[in-house]
Amino acid sequence: MIPGAFNYHCPSTVADAVALLSSLGDEARPLAGGHSLIPMMKLRLATPEHLIDLHGIASLKGIRQEADRLVIGAMTTQHELLASPEVSAAFPILKETALLIADPQVRYRGTLGGNVVNGDPGNDMPALMMTLHASYRLEGPDGVRDVAASDFYQGAYFTALEPGELLTAITIPFTASGHGYAYEKLKRKVGDYATAAAAVMLTMANGKVESCSIGLTNLSDTPLLAEAAADAVIGTGLDDDTLKKASERAQEIMSPAADARGPVEYRKHVGGIMVMRALKRAAARAA
Amino acid sequence: MAKTHVTMTVNGAEVEGLVEPRTLLIHFIRENLQLTGAHIGCETTHCGACTVDIDGMSVKSCTMFAVQANGSAITTIEGIANADGTLSALQEGFRQMHGLQCGFCTPGMIVRAHRLLQENPSPTEEEIRFGIAGNLCRCTGYQNIVKAIQYASAKINGVEFREAAE
Repeated sequence: MIPGAFNYHCPSTVADAVALLSSLGDEARPLAGGHSLIPMMKLRLATPEHLIDLHGIASLKGIRQEADRLVIGAMTTQHELLASPEVSAAFPILKETALLIADPQVRYRGTLGGNVVNGDPGNDMPALMMTLHASYRLEGPDGVRDVAASDFYQGAYFTALEPGELLTAITIPFTASGHGYAYEKLKRKVGDYATAAAAVMLTMANGKVESCSIGLTNLSDTPLLAEAAADAVIGTGLDDDTLKKASERAQEIMSPAADARGPVEYRKHVGGIMVMRALKRAAARAA
Repeated sequence: MAKTHVTMTVNGAEVEGLVEPRTLLIHFIRENLQLTGAHIGCETTHCGACTVDIDGMSVKSCTMFAVQANGSAITTIEGIANADGTLSALQEGFRQMHGLQCGFCTPGMIVRAHRLLQENPSPTEEEIRFGIAGNLCRCTGYQNIVKAIQYASAKINGVEFREAAE
């Protein structure tokens, strides 16, 4: 399986990449890790005439602290996230999630930017980014703008990214120290997309949940923020009735596709279980 | 489509070639360089038979364009043996522990395990299994592959290899 013919571009600055994307229009695609795009090109599900390889742009790499937030370059790989002491210290949930993505070889190439920006509802990072209140820095011909992850996803493969725009960085505000976290992912085998997955970030005070954020992966055509479910656990000690209520509130917004991972009823059922497990595990980790 | 001139270091030797942008790295390695150790298995980034080491990373070479490897240093299974031609610790481990049956996955397994042991010279069994999760073997059931990597780890660390009781 060999992809169709295309022209290869390897710009060394964001400005050059944006200029290429703008001038080449719809026929151009940015190439990050390539582990979604290249398989799609082999199957002719994607047939770009131009690929703009982002590996030559040094400014898209790296993880740095800026005031009260962590800024992760879009071309930072999953492997680099796993190796980063900054990520381990501030956002262990990022590490937990990255370890559940694909396999070691794919994590050496696959990037955080590619994972969040292509709009595949099966990708794990988008729901986590919504849970973490992250925002995406988009650079285009008309300048730079920041879009909240929770405003970015519009449908399967449809996002707020405008033609000519490039995702350059992901910005995550630091969370309270002592927070509890968990990413629970049910998958059929290593490397598979989630049958259902849930991300939870919470803080506890005196045995009660003080704040909580819950994200859902692959349970709709976009990642979801389960706000009603999160509200349901505030002020509680996460007793069984509360967990069940949170699970039900989360299930109300799930609309998964029926596919080889199971029928709709099953995926909603296990989606609820992922929410309960993630809540319990996060609470056990909270200081 | 215009071809691009690429140069790279493969198993210590400088190589060059003309490639179309769409040429996958595995095809460049096998057809242009005639290094047929890395295998084409699934072509869908699942099986790991095409794994090569690029600048210190294990990569499935069916999911990268040759033009993207321009200027990089690559090691394939042909470059894994010791400089004097004797088997590396990993190769010896795969032979001693019967870490292969049909052998199709073996080049990818060994190249991947090579990087795993570079990053973690003393992995636990769980770390080994997690570390080779991107390589599929349909013969062995993985048991002897894990032992082969444990054998190599022990040899690299200069300690005696003892098989875990079954």
